[in-house]
Amino acid sequence: MRRLLFQSLIRRPVTEPAPAAEDAAVAELARQVDRAARRRLGRSLSIREVDAGSCNGCELEIHALNNSFYDVERFGIRFVASPRHADVLLVTGPVTKNMQEALRRTYDATPGPKWVVAVGDCAADGGMFARSYACVGGVAAVVPVDLHIRGCPPRPMDLLRGLLALLESAAAGQPRA
Amino acid sequence: MTALSDMIEAGRRIQAHRPWPRVAVDDETWRLAADRVAEGTWTLLGLWGERSAVHMALFDERATVVAVLSLECPQGRFPSVGRVHPPAIRLERAIRDLWGLDGEGAVDARPWLDHGRWGLRHPLGTGGAAPPTPTPYSFLPTEGEGLHRIPVGPVHAGIIEPGHFRFTANGETVVRLEERLGYVHKGIEQLMTGAPLAEAARLAGHVSGDSTVAYALAFARAVEAALDIEALPRAVWLRALMAELERLANHFGDIGAICNDASFTLMHAHCGILRERVLRAADAAFGHRLMMDRIVPGGLAVDLRAEGIAAILALVAEVRRLFPRLTELYDNTASLQDRTAGTGIVKPELVRQFGCGGYVGRAAGRAFDARRTPGYPPYPSLRFEVPVLAAGDVDARVWIRIREVEQSLLVIEQLLGQLPSGPVRVPVDAAGAGEGLALVEGFRGDVFVWVRVAADGTVARCHLRDPSWFQWPLLEAAIEGNIVADFPLCNKSFNCSYSGHDL
Repeated sequence: MRRLLFQSLIRRPVTEPAPAAEDAAVAELARQVDRAARRRLGRSLSIREVDAGSCNGCELEIHALNNSFYDVERFGIRFVASPRHADVLLVTGPVTKNMQEALRRTYDATPGPKWVVAVGDCAADGGMFARSYACVGGVAAVVPVDLHIRGCPPRPMDLLRGLLALLESAAAGQPRA
Repeated sequence: MTALSDMIEAGRRIQAHRPWPRVAVDDETWRLAADRVAEGTWTLLGLWGERSAVHMALFDERATVVAVLSLECPQGRFPSVGRVHPPAIRLERAIRDLWGLDGEGAVDARPWLDHGRWGLRHPLGTGGAAPPTPTPYSFLPTEGEGLHRIPVGPVHAGIIEPGHFRFTANGETVVRLEERLGYVHKGIEQLMTGAPLAEAARLAGHVSGDSTVAYALAFARAVEAALDIEALPRAVWLRALMAELERLANHFGDIGAICNDASFTLMHAHCGILRERVLRAADAAFGHRLMMDRIVPGGLAVDLRAEGIAAILALVAEVRRLFPRLTELYDNTASLQDRTAGTGIVKPELVRQFGCGGYVGRAAGRAFDARRTPGYPPYPSLRFEVPVLAAGDVDARVWIRIREVEQSLLVIEQLLGQLPSGPVRVPVDAAGAGEGLALVEGFRGDVFVWVRVAADGTVARCHLRDPSWFQWPLLEAAIEGNIVADFPLCNKSFNCSYSGHDL
């Protein structure tokens, strides 16, 4: 372990540096998220993720935000264990009827000001599951949504970009109490 | 009548069911088969319904014979398999919820997937209105001095899928865990019914996002079997390449996450880097990080991109350089071993009884891997080992994954070394009707798909069985006698699918 830790000290971090196009976009996003997040919420934005019927694909990419490449915590954005600690609900899935009440209760348990981000094509309108007897079809049918991030699943970069858009619009308008 | 082949001879053979036979049987033969499964002679691969029939897929491991037995049940009743064979209990509860078919003598009358919120009953059967207010779910009683209950979920603390766990504990010790699932039931089997093949293939690929390659492959293979067509060599090879990349990505994610749940975040961080590298290589090679919607009936939707081979070779080199150090770190960290060794033990008898596949089965002595037996191309022409351990604890489930990472690297090198050239897709339109079955080894275990393709090229009926059906019940057994605080560790070492199970 000592060798591994020592190498981590002397090696450059894998966290997206500058040159390539995609890397530059990360750096640019990093600056903007940082500025907007600080203006609006000090240095912290707490996110509670709610799977409301997703295939788990969106969760995998949301997870990736925490890896060393995207390292979302450097922007002060972090995932919390309870809706009571959250500013943002990140909701995935077509909202199954069996999850409808749990989603509503999670929303009610989140203190204002709060925002809801619907992640993935299913969360937008039910996607390929829209006509099922078991799905409500989109997060907006159950709780008010501030932002949709499309994709199946959205890439971590799209998620970062979406969080930035949310911060911009939140700065312009009133959040939900 | 002890051999499965005898039972096949005795029944009425259904035409155009491939590659293994399906036979119509009577009540008595159905009961006899259930008894054989209960004795452990055969393994239950699946149990599913349709409008007025039930089907049971069986596997005779010694003779490598697979067969489907079908029982007509016009009265809506069939002899319960769960009555003698507990692994069938939840499958029968699901059959009742979806089709309204009752297992005679069934031991558990409670619903499973139906939480009373669909607005109708038996959505795939004859239908009917549901009662306006859902009846509360009755958990199994737990009685005794000093017991307390801890309800957890469906919304969990991590970024994971929803399900409910009802713990009964005595102090810190778990006396009983009861799972309640079905929260992410999306009605996929109904959406598939009547869907054109392309749409159905997409649905299959979104049953469980972490196993999208395995599901798309199983569905494609089942359709190809039904229509008696074969994928072209290059497609077969590239499908296996995707499957092994998916296995690598998930195993890295799991190994890191298990260590994270034992508060050893260093492993988590490093495994997270390897996982991301796999996803980026997959993206470079096939144009999607998780490789969704790449495999279709008849072959592949996309060919390997020119830059893909270099990306995957670079990935293999990187993993070979870094992973041995992580393995060594895992092996030499006493505080981590203290958490994983001896924790969450699953007994070999249970694994055998449940026909439990994947790392859960292989960590407890069940040497089953669908790539090897019954096997499917290109694996019979590749060299790889199927690691098996006996301990059945969290540690063993980690080691199985570590060894499988090593094997997957070997397989990937062989695949790239012998990659055939040529087209990757054959047409499947207007190819005729039939029934097909496929068993594919996903990272989690064997994915089972049965499909009936209608003459107009739509899906008449499709059933998809996740490996988790036979793993979730064993998690209940594994946690018994462990402390509550070790549940996340045990749970992550199983990493069962919610979406794949709830469907």
